[in-house]
Amino acid sequence: MSAETPRRLSAHRLWAIVLKEFIQMKRDRVTFAMMIGIPLMQLMLFGFAINSDPKHLPTAIRAADQGPFARTLVAALRQSDYFALTRETASEAEAERLLQVGDVQFIINIPEDFSRKLLRGEQPTVLIEADATDPAATGPAISATRAIADTVLDRDLTGPLARLRAKAGPIDFQIHAHYNPENITQYNVVPGLMGVVLTMTMVVITALAITRERERGTMENLLATPVRPVEVMVGKILPYIVVGYIQASLILLAARFIFGVPMIGNLFLLYGVSLLFIAANLAVGITFSTLATNQLQAVQMAFFFFLPSILLSGFMFPFRGMPEWAQWIGTCLPNTHFLRIVRGILLKGNGLSEIAPEIWPLLLFLAVAMTIGVKRYRQTLD
Amino acid sequence: MSATDLVIDVTGVTKIFDGKKVVDSIDLSVRRGEIYGFLGPNGSGKTTFIRMLCGLLTPDAGSGTCLGYDVRTQQAQIKAHVGYMTQRFSYYEDLSIRENLDFIARIYDVPDRGAAVDRSLERLGLQNRSKQLAGQLSGGWKQRLALAACLIHSPQLLLLDEPTAGVDPKARREFWDEIHQLAADGLTVLITTHYMDEAERCHRLAYLAYGRMLARGTLAEVLSTVNLTTWTVSGPNLRTLAATLRGRPGVEQVVAFGNMLHVSGRDAAQLEQAIAAVRDGSHEWTRVRSGLEDVFISLMAGAKDNFA
Repeated sequence: MSAETPRRLSAHRLWAIVLKEFIQMKRDRVTFAMMIGIPLMQLMLFGFAINSDPKHLPTAIRAADQGPFARTLVAALRQSDYFALTRETASEAEAERLLQVGDVQFIINIPEDFSRKLLRGEQPTVLIEADATDPAATGPAISATRAIADTVLDRDLTGPLARLRAKAGPIDFQIHAHYNPENITQYNVVPGLMGVVLTMTMVVITALAITRERERGTMENLLATPVRPVEVMVGKILPYIVVGYIQASLILLAARFIFGVPMIGNLFLLYGVSLLFIAANLAVGITFSTLATNQLQAVQMAFFFFLPSILLSGFMFPFRGMPEWAQWIGTCLPNTHFLRIVRGILLKGNGLSEIAPEIWPLLLFLAVAMTIGVKRYRQTLD
Repeated sequence: MSATDLVIDVTGVTKIFDGKKVVDSIDLSVRRGEIYGFLGPNGSGKTTFIRMLCGLLTPDAGSGTCLGYDVRTQQAQIKAHVGYMTQRFSYYEDLSIRENLDFIARIYDVPDRGAAVDRSLERLGLQNRSKQLAGQLSGGWKQRLALAACLIHSPQLLLLDEPTAGVDPKARREFWDEIHQLAADGLTVLITTHYMDEAERCHRLAYLAYGRMLARGTLAEVLSTVNLTTWTVSGPNLRTLAATLRGRPGVEQVVAFGNMLHVSGRDAAQLEQAIAAVRDGSHEWTRVRSGLEDVFISLMAGAKDNFA
């Protein structure tokens, strides 16, 4: 018999608690799955998706000189792996727009007198315009251009032209960092926080608010009254939209007055689009609340959504630095598009037409999430 | 009795969950001003049946009316005129008593809401505690708050699902006095309970097991549904006596009540034979009226046989 005095620590009692915890862990399938799923996801995201040396950045070429030297230069840029030459344009306005919308990361301008100046040994200037909203995305590529400048024409400059090689770099790359000329990381991070904070609180809070109502049994009571299910849902969401706007405003105030983030675009437009984003996240929260049986599960599911939203959206790491599959997942997340909208409006001064390509994915996400959420929500009633 | 006097009038109501008939074609008619008791073991389908009456669930089969509204199609109208008190306290623990009542009054769009909430607080004697959070109330007070909230929109039918579970005897008695008062004023009450003394305070009763209604009627009618004979026996060595009696032909139940055994069976003659065989003069045997509990346990045993 193990008749120990109650005061002493007992291995039996300790073991009883440990055993019970394991049984309960096993019972809560969702929590159990999350305990395995979240580390796996972190492994995949941190291990494979994240790359702080983004390559193959979409680049537009505006070449006024199509001569052999210019072609060699273009080929060298492509071979560096940092630049993916996706567009060619003759119009300066179009090039600017590509940068503004975010279709390209760089514009490379080869001037008309490129070959002529080169041959005269006058060190022609090649202007590289960069979308520097995210300094981490452009930095490595810009560094790479220095090496290119020195060696690119080595093979072309032979014979009598070899004298040009002796000079310290036959080409002069001028970098023009648009939107964030001083490469201030905060300009990129602080507006991005708006999307991250909204994702976190909106999803968690709605998932919890509805799950709590069910867990405590108050939902049954509520549904026995004449209140309609949709009234319950919308009524629960509206207060959190207000909360979302308060959070957004706090971040914007801090961005302006603490971090000095430039705000070039229209704030009303930003507030308007934020509604879409907030609604999209609330819809996700509702869907989670219909899947979760208790509040812990609801929080875990929200975390499961939050993790890729922060890592794959371009908030923490350059979006274009990720492998294609990760970019695809990122493209499906509302935060990815919202980040581009916020940065676009604040830093680039984008208007409705420039952010339109990011609005429709938000709308689509909202429609899908709402449909699933409402459908699932109805099923839980009967 | 005219049809309009029937507050609840349903036939063949059935609900199936995962292929299992949780409620199996139940007929029920309840008159205005009646207190109708629903009894039966846990999981017998009482709560599911009530949920169908108040419009929370749609019956899979069967039809009928509640307050004159169709239980399948007019659930919204039913909800507006029914007060439903769930088994578990289901008001907001982080809201005060007044805030809870005010919330429910708003949901039902009660006219002159402030006065209605005041009246409700007064009737419950909760005026002084109206600012207290509902979560801090004791079981008895929570139950009173729940009742007050159910009544705030002056419903015509009250559906109470085990309202007195975990409530002390004094509070229970007061609760029942209130229910009788409400019924006298014309409110109809359908109430589920596990307490036999409460069952006896109902005008009429129904007994459910395994989703089926096994007996119904007034107390006397239910008692006579099963022609049960019961003897009490007191004396020494009741434990050995109980063991000897159990399993003998005619003996259905042997239950210890303090210093006594209740021995019952449906066949009076067979039961007496069984008793005669063990009677040796050292015990005192008395024939008594069978209690509701004995009858119910007997009904349940019979139902299980049917079910298997």
